[in-house]
Amino acid sequence: MKKWMQLLVLITSITSAGTLLASGGFGEGGEGGSSAMPPVTNAKWKTECGSCHMVYHPGLLPERSWNKVMAGLDKHFGENASLDALTHDEITKFLAANSADKQTNRRSSRINQSIPANATPIRISETRYFTSKHDEVSPNTFKRKSVGSASNCVACHKGAEKGDFSESQVKIPR
Amino acid sequence: MRNSFVKQSFLVLGLLFSINTFAATPQELLKQYEVQAKQENAAFASLSAERGANFFKAERTHSDGKKVSCATCHTSDPRNQGKTRANKVIEPMAIIANPQRFTDAAKVEKWFSRNCKDVLERVCTAQEKGDYIQYLISVK
Repeated sequence: MKKWMQLLVLITSITSAGTLLASGGFGEGGEGGSSAMPPVTNAKWKTECGSCHMVYHPGLLPERSWNKVMAGLDKHFGENASLDALTHDEITKFLAANSADKQTNRRSSRINQSIPANATPIRISETRYFTSKHDEVSPNTFKRKSVGSASNCVACHKGAEKGDFSESQVKIPR
Repeated sequence: MRNSFVKQSFLVLGLLFSINTFAATPQELLKQYEVQAKQENAAFASLSAERGANFFKAERTHSDGKKVSCATCHTSDPRNQGKTRANKVIEPMAIIANPQRFTDAAKVEKWFSRNCKDVLERVCTAQEKGDYIQYLISVK
């Protein structure tokens, strides 16, 4: 019996050490330092939001924007994306806790600073940060079939769902 | 020690069952919708795969001016993968191509509730839901 429990403890510690390593717990990859958004995850956020579109890192918009998105899910960019109350609550809290105004990384701070205090955008692509970062990308490139639209970050930023938008990782498809 | 092992076993068993709370078979779901359809409409006789097929393909003009049907996102062949408007793959709806379909009652209700409002701009009747599932079971 004791051996069985020891084995369990061993497996658990090996797994968690592995997770820590994989998540880059010992140093930032990519852009280095505090520029990159930390990878965050929540199972409900991933399944519910991710069944219709790529999952947008909470650090891409401030809390007031996420609250506005979540308050309008019955008409979510033209579609009904209603959730049951429990799931709605959990995802809203997750988004708020990791939103751009709660993040310390440079990208989130800059997005947040680019939004006027009296504005509550619900499209990341409408923030000044986004438009200035993409000013060299033509509207036609965004319209390519392989891209779809400016809201499909993953088409060019492979690591977008994990919060990796580093320039060195950008690959614009044909 | 022995006692705690028993407790742990129950915990694991309990977890296994709670994961499966909403698990159902497509046939069980059909039965539920059939019962509900009778309650909604006294003249209801039975579910029909043929009506379901027509429902799946029927195009209507949405109040935003665009033509929509179930097939808009799921494609006209439910054995194929579909695509959401935001470019995400939708696994096939036909059971023959995707045995996971209609095995989770809560998931089925969630998507009927969303998609009926998107396509029809109203909720679906139990008969429509039952016909739809009957059709997707019947596709070979």
